[in-house]
Amino acid sequence: MKFYRMTVLIGIDDQSLKAGAREIEALLNQELNRSQLTDEVNVLEAGSLGFFGTGVTLMVYPGQVTYVNVKLEDIPEIVEEHFLKGRQVSRLTMKPSLTRGYDFNYRRRIVLDNSGLINPEDIEEYIGTGGYEAWEKALLEMKPGEIVEEVKQSGLRGRGGAGFPTGLKWSFTAPLEADQKYFVINADEGEPGTFKDRLIMEGDPHKLLEGLMISCYAVGATKAYIYIRGEYSLCIERLRQAIEQAHEYGLLGKNIFDSGFNLDIEIKVGAGAYVCGEETALIESMEGKRGQPRSKPPFPGVKGAWQKPTVVNNVETIANIPAILRNGAEWFQGFGTDKCTGTKVYTILGDVMMPGLCEVDMGTTLRTIIEQYGGGVKNNRKFKAALVGGAAGVFLPNSLLDVKMDYNNLREYSAVLGSGAILVMNEDADMVDMLWSVIRFFRHESCGKCTPCAKGNELLFEIINEVRQGRGREEDLQEMVRISEAMQQTSFCALGQSLLMPIKSAVDNFRQDFLKRMK
Amino acid sequence: MKIIINGQEIEASPGETVLNAALRSGIYIPHLCYHPRTGPAAKCRACVVEVEGTPGLPTSCNLPVREGMVVSTDTEKVKNAQRVVVDLALSSGRHDCLSCEQNGNCELQDAAYYLGIERPSFHFEQERYPIDDSSEFVYVERDKCISCGRCVVGCNQNVVNEVLNFANRGFETKIVFDNDLKMGTSTCVQCGECVQLCPVGAIIDKNARGVARNWELDKVETVCPYCGVGCQLVLHVDRRKNKIIRITGVEDSPTNSGMLCVKGRYAFDFVGSSERLTTPLIKENGKFREADWEEAIALIADKFRLIRDEFGSDALAGLASAKVTNEENYVFQKFMRREVGTNNVDHCARL
Repeated sequence: MKFYRMTVLIGIDDQSLKAGAREIEALLNQELNRSQLTDEVNVLEAGSLGFFGTGVTLMVYPGQVTYVNVKLEDIPEIVEEHFLKGRQVSRLTMKPSLTRGYDFNYRRRIVLDNSGLINPEDIEEYIGTGGYEAWEKALLEMKPGEIVEEVKQSGLRGRGGAGFPTGLKWSFTAPLEADQKYFVINADEGEPGTFKDRLIMEGDPHKLLEGLMISCYAVGATKAYIYIRGEYSLCIERLRQAIEQAHEYGLLGKNIFDSGFNLDIEIKVGAGAYVCGEETALIESMEGKRGQPRSKPPFPGVKGAWQKPTVVNNVETIANIPAILRNGAEWFQGFGTDKCTGTKVYTILGDVMMPGLCEVDMGTTLRTIIEQYGGGVKNNRKFKAALVGGAAGVFLPNSLLDVKMDYNNLREYSAVLGSGAILVMNEDADMVDMLWSVIRFFRHESCGKCTPCAKGNELLFEIINEVRQGRGREEDLQEMVRISEAMQQTSFCALGQSLLMPIKSAVDNFRQDFLKRMK
Repeated sequence: MKIIINGQEIEASPGETVLNAALRSGIYIPHLCYHPRTGPAAKCRACVVEVEGTPGLPTSCNLPVREGMVVSTDTEKVKNAQRVVVDLALSSGRHDCLSCEQNGNCELQDAAYYLGIERPSFHFEQERYPIDDSSEFVYVERDKCISCGRCVVGCNQNVVNEVLNFANRGFETKIVFDNDLKMGTSTCVQCGECVQLCPVGAIIDKNARGVARNWELDKVETVCPYCGVGCQLVLHVDRRKNKIIRITGVEDSPTNSGMLCVKGRYAFDFVGSSERLTTPLIKENGKFREADWEEAIALIADKFRLIRDEFGSDALAGLASAKVTNEENYVFQKFMRREVGTNNVDHCARL
């Protein structure tokens, strides 16, 4: 193995590609070549480095120097000054006050432990971190029932939003006799402000594949689908590549490791409907039908895709599986809280210094996440609210900043963890506008199957429009709560049931904002 | 199996739904998308009920009965939820009962009546859909559509013509013919299944519009006079004008389960046609004259006998009509073989 004096990580993700990351990488290599530094400085592609709105980002080791918003014309200077002469180009580095406080929390990462460090397009790098060990162990040393039991023991709960115990979900499907079972990864990440699954897939696609392989073996599925939203072009590309590599290495296909187990993974690309994140609508869409939810029961675990037993799990959930198998359920229980073990990936955005993502233990408070990982509220403004859990989430006020965030605890405050999106608003934010955009989103995404959701969202949108334009009355607020309450009781799926939470939390906690518009 | 609905003990059979058990026992639960022939869709959400030990408000149309389950359909919680749902459906459309063809026969009206909704209470800003009267027999008014989906299931799964479906999402969801063509230019064969299944006045018989109120018509069951399938019909007859206003299929008929073809449902204007023969005619000296049945049949019998006696039985042949029933065809061939004495029996085998 070759040793280098310096290593430069270039974050290749959806946003950096749009900012010209490939061109910059090419120029960087060219400049290094010109300065005869190619033996001393190693340039590595990595997934997202964890910063957002920072264009092309380079991270230089040793020293973890972070260059943000790098442009083509900056490259000769960086090479000359930093790599050759050893002087950082300080006008391009991220503010030291930020980076010093910023905690990547690599010690406590489970699903993102490789993201931003390894080259996601190279299976060897994943294997180098212990990747596919768990797959081998599962297939050769464990019985499917033992895996299900291990996952049950770990306390892992679904990370898609509902928090259903994963092992329990598997245990409905695993014992069923069927000529075909399916496993589906829900990568349709449609919750506004959520991009955790994208970063997992962009940064470490093999981790998802390994988790999926183990999960398939555990429930007896020989065909798996990754249902991924169409906008995630880089994820799709990297996953396709990863599947191909796994086939080449004999990790997928027929008679894997001579165990007699066959497995094939296929990617299905969604067409951009929020409702297709609902598992039965996802299955309908996968079958080529209109993306609308199905009646339950029968549950997908019994009759799912093409009427066969089908387990649907979120990307983040399954990305936890390899580590659980490798280190054991007890190790996993060392993360998080009693009732909610493990870590959670949050995406932090809005009025914070450093929008981005973090993976922290379950039960971390909202305050810690915003202040430690989001860099605090931007421009010295005061915190006003955080929309937690995406559009189907809750506006949490100041008084709940110190609530421990996990599935159980938040429920006590009528809130949800949801997808883990945290949208921070400062004191200048207007809750009428915020709620308006949330309702507009639901109005746009209602599939139209059931009356309360199709008609109710439209009605709520018309009411909030009136309020926003100063034509509302105080009774409208009560009416919005009443309608969304009935929608919550009667809607077919979670989409129509969701608006009650943002509406009620906005109206209850920030009533003044609404009354101001009614003068 | 016994279940309890609103305190009343009800005998139910396994596999039955709560909605069916209730309706069978005379307990009304508002429902718009359920029809026995399209099955439970659970999408109108008007049939929600409360079940002891079950969280939330499940829909009764797809809720199987369980031994001893305790169901409430008339608590305030249930009725409030139902009221919002039905009100939303009512408010978002253009349900002008006064002039609607389905007035008195409308399931949305029934639900509103039961829930005491006097008038739509929500206000929707919306554009109106143009009326589609391009088809010969069917009139489509999408502003009255409540997206129950019964027509779509009927078209795709019952008659399998696969013309109707939903397009768009959310509030903009609407029924379309093929790729959103006008009904008259689509591949629709106008069997009228969608008309029969529509719970409201969105898809109606075009030629019956504005002719008579539903309750003014006598319903007369009969068998379709066209082909030999023997579909059972209900004639909706205006006695004062002695006129058939519309025809529907008999819902629980074993031959057609409510379905009809375009002829059976819509081609009935011959019944009152002035050109229709009402008595037999006998041709004498190149001219027809009216006769009664006695005379006409006696004449035919005489001629048959004459031919048989002079040229033998095989000089005669019988051609039966495909329009008559199997039983009538049986009688006819029996007549030809036994009475006439020939095996020359055939059948037109087409309409």
